[in-house]
Amino acid sequence: MEKRKITCISCPLGCEIEAEIDGDEIKITGNRCPRGKEYVINEIKDPKRVVTSNVKVTDGEYPLASVKTTGAIPKDKIFLLVEKLREVELQAPVTIGQVVFHNLFDTGFDVVVTRPVEKR
Amino acid sequence: MNGIPKVVVIGAGVVGTLIARELTKYNISVTLIDKEEDAGWGVTKANSAILHGGYDDPVDSVRGRFAAKGNQQYTQLSEELGFEVKRIGSYVLAFEDEDIPHLEELMEKAQANGVTGCEIHSNEEIVKRNPNINPSVKAGFWCPSAGITEPWMVAISAVENAVLNGMVFRPGEQVQAIELEESDQGKTVKGVRTDKAYYSCDFVINAAGLYADKIAQMAGAYCPVLHPRKGEYILLDKKLGAIITNILFPVPTKDSKGVLVLPTVDGGILLGPTAKDMDVDQKEDTTTSAEGLAEVRQKTNAMVTGLDFSQTVKIFAGLRPEDSQKDFVIGTTEVYGFINAAAMRSPGLTAAPAIAVHIVEKVLKEELGLELEKRDDFNPVLAPYPTLPEDDPQVWEQMVQKDPRFGKVVCVCNKITEAQIVEAIRRGARTIDGVKFRTRAGFGRCQGGFCLARIAEILARELDKPLNEIKYRTGNTKLLSGRVRA
Amino acid sequence: MKEITVDALVIGGGAAGMAAAVELTQLGCDAILIEREDRTGGVLNQCIHNGFGLHVFKEELTGPEYADRYKHQICDNRIKVHPDQFVLKVDPDKREVITVGVEGVTCYKPKALVMTTGARERPFSNLRIPGTRPAGIYTAGVAQKFVNLQNYLPGKNAYVLGSGDIGLIMARRLTLEGMNVLGVAELMPHSGGLARNIAQCLNDYNIPLELSTSVVEVHGKERLESITLMKFTPDTLQPIDGTQREVVCDTLILSVGLLPQNELIEDFVQVDPVNKGVMVDSHQRTSHPWIFAAGNNVAVYDLVDFVTLEGIQAGKAAARMIQEGFTDCGQIPIVRGNNVGALTPLFCCLDEAPFKFYIRPTKNMDKGRVKIGPGVIQKVEMGLKPSEMVDIQITAEHKEKIKEMGLTQILVEIEEV
Repeated sequence: MEKRKITCISCPLGCEIEAEIDGDEIKITGNRCPRGKEYVINEIKDPKRVVTSNVKVTDGEYPLASVKTTGAIPKDKIFLLVEKLREVELQAPVTIGQVVFHNLFDTGFDVVVTRPVEKR
Repeated sequence: MNGIPKVVVIGAGVVGTLIARELTKYNISVTLIDKEEDAGWGVTKANSAILHGGYDDPVDSVRGRFAAKGNQQYTQLSEELGFEVKRIGSYVLAFEDEDIPHLEELMEKAQANGVTGCEIHSNEEIVKRNPNINPSVKAGFWCPSAGITEPWMVAISAVENAVLNGMVFRPGEQVQAIELEESDQGKTVKGVRTDKAYYSCDFVINAAGLYADKIAQMAGAYCPVLHPRKGEYILLDKKLGAIITNILFPVPTKDSKGVLVLPTVDGGILLGPTAKDMDVDQKEDTTTSAEGLAEVRQKTNAMVTGLDFSQTVKIFAGLRPEDSQKDFVIGTTEVYGFINAAAMRSPGLTAAPAIAVHIVEKVLKEELGLELEKRDDFNPVLAPYPTLPEDDPQVWEQMVQKDPRFGKVVCVCNKITEAQIVEAIRRGARTIDGVKFRTRAGFGRCQGGFCLARIAEILARELDKPLNEIKYRTGNTKLLSGRVRA
Repeated sequence: MKEITVDALVIGGGAAGMAAAVELTQLGCDAILIEREDRTGGVLNQCIHNGFGLHVFKEELTGPEYADRYKHQICDNRIKVHPDQFVLKVDPDKREVITVGVEGVTCYKPKALVMTTGARERPFSNLRIPGTRPAGIYTAGVAQKFVNLQNYLPGKNAYVLGSGDIGLIMARRLTLEGMNVLGVAELMPHSGGLARNIAQCLNDYNIPLELSTSVVEVHGKERLESITLMKFTPDTLQPIDGTQREVVCDTLILSVGLLPQNELIEDFVQVDPVNKGVMVDSHQRTSHPWIFAAGNNVAVYDLVDFVTLEGIQAGKAAARMIQEGFTDCGQIPIVRGNNVGALTPLFCCLDEAPFKFYIRPTKNMDKGRVKIGPGVIQKVEMGLKPSEMVDIQITAEHKEKIKEMGLTQILVEIEEV
């Protein structure tokens, strides 16, 4: 049986919740509302994150364009994404919303540019 | 010796650079070497920056011979070389009745040293000039000729002027050996070997600061053992600048002039130094310590009220080269051609111009009998670094019309422009500190928070280097590591 | 020297300034926004993480996207932006602003001046931490600029001092981009950043957070080699002897506080010693009736959305002053009570215009009652902490009540429940 302590971030109270994980069964204590239970179960079963990072730009006023995933992707894919981003090279000009990767890792979310980069 | 004399000066601090410059007034081949990558990065850059009145050195001491004279020479020197000197005067303050006889002693010493204009002032006079002085001050010894300067600018501008007058400057080279030969005068200087080159020469001037004893050892010449004496400092924001107007000394102990409160040339308040004698192998230890900083706070709070330490801009420590005799070691040695300008503890900065003249007039010409030809093409003047007045938009307009880069402010705290930074690089700055010391960009309260990236970019552009090759100063001091995206 | 007369001059093109300029223009005033960088956006341009805009745009945006929304509004409203202008002086008597740029000096003569000059980071040297002064020590914002805008990492193995949001964000950023972040030390017994950032920047990457811990010495003559950490007592913040330990690292990232920047005006306007920023009333007016201020130069805010709202408030008030002249509706001081730290505004104008209080509690409280009045508002808030501002709306009705009650000052306090 695994015990984990997770702080819920759904509201400013920040309840410190304890989860006892026994296979598929998860017992939650310490939450002061049902959102806490839902948050912790998601965090244990299927944690997801929005990831922001950078990609290389050539001939631009900046050497990088900032990017983000358009939705939360599985947490265990974060470093895989960063590796993929290392391979990218965009040509200036680069516009906000420009898609870098479609349907990243089959999540249905894209990686898009968040800061425009003019040509140098 | 054939032809013109060849002199190698070791150490590009205030002493070495002023000696080297003095030498270039004659038909002498001068080479100046320093292990740091710029002038003035040793003892010179971390001290109280005071031009002492010269009143309190014993008349029979070596320093006594040079301090008051050197102080006077700074007026002409600053006009020639363009660095700033502010003759703000100094007080030695008596807070107890039993300290007052000491002030009277200083009056006598001042007379003996030929320092004029000194007086003993009352509490009212002192408070009028320094509203935040501890009101219990009883009296103060006033010396109007004392002043403040920027010691690194003395060295930097002396080097620049000397180079214009034919000196060869070799920064970033470490002296490894002094080669000697036998001659009529016995062991004689032949040349200097560094980690990069060999310089044959007739004379070596040892102005190597903390390492003057090591350099002398290489030549088998006498120099007393030098140990570092650490002084810790706190620099407060120029926002507090108005609370004092003069250099404030406590009554000194037999060991040190004490922890001071004084203005800096650009309007801040400098507190310090402490005085801690260190071991001979601690010559690279410029660390500050909790105890040292606490001592600075405690002693300065006792002298002046309203010192707001939350307005600390910088803390630092400097090392002075101290010998057991507590005096300068200047002159010839048992090795012919090897001349010391060593043990430059306080008032080394003040004495430096007088020492430079002494080395030429008394040591080379008189003592060693050299016939030195004065050059008529020596140019004593160095164009000052461009500055813009805080409060005169007309001047800004003129400068920008001349060069639009004066309209690009890079250091927002001190209003230093791209034109000034480019000029500093053109005139020898190769590092962040090189730019900082020449322009004051990065000296301000944000300590590079806004300007560091921009200064580094300008250096990278002007020196045609990638940004991550730019360094702060000598050694392993690069700003950045690898690329985020290759 | 060029002379430009304009209704409103906004100094600082970050979040607050852009919002103020847009508001001024939408209300029919002629406004110029001056900015010392080559573009607007301020720090938003380098804050590539998300979490911006939840209140203002009802969307979660990254910093550059948030700035971009405003840049479009600036374009759409045809607001004149004067980039690359550095303000040399604000003259309170002549009501002139002197700037310099590559074309020369400009003298702006505005009817209303809006100061939105933001904050700067507290530098390492201000902490007076003994030791060496090596390469490798950066405030988080400077490191962020190098990483996100210039494509360079500051080092290989980093330690972060200060658990404020920017430190936490950089702990994650540096880890994602390939550095080794060894830990975050926080002097206080509670973290300085949002809980969400602790979870998603530290816990996600197993970066330990050490509370009641700080750096007491720095080692390495040329490049940083190690730091000495020490534990501190939670209430009196005294170092605990014997708890020193050394951490080998080549980079120290500092997130030890933001300081409002008001150098241009602090000699003549009133500054609040607790906020460390310029004092404003509920119309974002300073002690000089023609000078308004909003954003981080008033107090350090935690959400850029609040900064935008304050900028709008300042724009509104400046527009009213330009169009209707200065109206003295009377104002009463706002006073801090128990458990209240940073607080703005500090004067309440006795007209009907609504405004918001922004309050930082001085300590963690599971449950606290925010009391304004006495007798005007009582609101229970959960999970109070110094790192998260409480915002309380004061409506026209509240203002009516204040006048009815004849209050001569307003006390703002938080009672622990």
